[in-house]
Amino acid sequence: MSVPRYWRKQQNRYRLKGTHCETCGKYFFPPRNLCPTCRRDGKIVDYEFKGDGKVRTFSIIRTASEDYDLQTPFVIAIVELEEGTCLTAHVVCAPEEVYIGMPVKKVFRKIIADGESGVIVYGTKFVPA
Amino acid sequence: MREVAIVGIGVTEFGEKWETSFRNLFVEAGAKALEDANMGGDQIDEMFVGNMSAGRFVLQEHIGALIADYAGLVGNHIPATRTEAACASGGLAFRQAYTTVASGLNDIVIAGGVEKMTDVGGSETTDALAGAADREWEGLVGATFPGLYAMIATDYMNRYGLTREQLAMVSVKNHANGAKNPIAQYKKEITVEDVLRSTLVADPLRLLDCSPVTDGAAAVILCPMEMAREFTDTPIKVLASTQACDTISLHDRRDFSTLDATVAAGKRAFAQARLTPKDIGMVEVHDCFTIAELCAIEDIGFCAKGEAGKLTEDGQTALGGSIPVNTSGGLKSCGHPVGATGIKQVAEIVAQLRGEAGARQVDAEIGMTHNVGGTGATVVTNILGV
Repeated sequence: MSVPRYWRKQQNRYRLKGTHCETCGKYFFPPRNLCPTCRRDGKIVDYEFKGDGKVRTFSIIRTASEDYDLQTPFVIAIVELEEGTCLTAHVVCAPEEVYIGMPVKKVFRKIIADGESGVIVYGTKFVPA
Repeated sequence: MREVAIVGIGVTEFGEKWETSFRNLFVEAGAKALEDANMGGDQIDEMFVGNMSAGRFVLQEHIGALIADYAGLVGNHIPATRTEAACASGGLAFRQAYTTVASGLNDIVIAGGVEKMTDVGGSETTDALAGAADREWEGLVGATFPGLYAMIATDYMNRYGLTREQLAMVSVKNHANGAKNPIAQYKKEITVEDVLRSTLVADPLRLLDCSPVTDGAAAVILCPMEMAREFTDTPIKVLASTQACDTISLHDRRDFSTLDATVAAGKRAFAQARLTPKDIGMVEVHDCFTIAELCAIEDIGFCAKGEAGKLTEDGQTALGGSIPVNTSGGLKSCGHPVGATGIKQVAEIVAQLRGEAGARQVDAEIGMTHNVGGTGATVVTNILGV
């Protein structure tokens, strides 16, 4: 994964910045630059999510891709934010703690590191609220 | 639109084919299909090849020309095109071929699929397959492809009371079928206990809930129905071939346990063929994971939502049941060379409808295929009949 690819979405990944369509009122995270409902009639503006949500569904990843191998087992979940949008994220808790409906809040965390001297990627994870 | 028939099928043995290269796999399947259709390569007007990720698996792109070249089809300089929609790449190739024959643009078209997955290590395979979902907002935050289907399973089990044992029974049934299929990767029966004892990959899914990494290729030959008897005594009609798309990410779906693209493609297929799910005698569905087979059975319309576990437990999806599912062994037991799967499914239904399916033969006149890309972002369904 190239550095610009992380850098480009830094604000989104660090601060949970998504977008909002002022025409229909929908919130988007991951950010969308075109509202799928209003399309060209939509008015998209940036929006920083409050970061409160609940777990809609989850899994415990036991076999991961190389970047995440050292972190297994870890909890991955689809989190529904208060604003009504869903995203996929780590939930930082013991595998046996997570359940559907669990309230969670956003935290700023290290996501992966490219070896001992490579780029460290930061982003948003969730913890039990 | 013209009526279209399938007049030739060819599938390689599926498995870890250390001795066979990417291009040789496809040539073997293509040659078998031509032989089956009593046809020479010179008669082919166009070729479509489904392939997900040769760029990652064997560092090769430009697959259309490569395959045409090694299949001996460049003499006439036919158009040769690679189609890609992750695990539904083969399904796309079939639908493209169908469309060009039905429209009258071409007469004889070969639709194939090929994947060579064992030339890279396990974690690279996992990473390549994660590209079937949203790399940026699913893969990069650590969701593996099995992890995404595991989240479907968690949601489904919570809402519909599916038991872990019922989920295992999907795999047990598919292995029982695969044990009867000479080309299957795992010609081996397994038990519910085997599944429940296998390694956890992404809770609740275990290793024996997951389709394997497979090398393999498949090809079928299509032509107008009015020409079909020049090549075979048993042409199989394409009654419908449809495709639908949905959001790339699972988290953006209306309902995590329903593949709306399956519902849409299925409805279009039944409308095109003027049939209902009750008319289907057997179906090959995309069981990349056990939970996917249950969703498919429901989303196509063979039973109500939440009932596919019970249907499986009651033996209704086994050979001899009311709707045999995955007579080939499915992706789980027959194997899942991702680009080839959609074509292999069609070849299995054609073999069944011709009465050539041996120990796994089902007595039926209409069959269906269901091929999924990603977690449901692309779905191709086909209905075939005698």
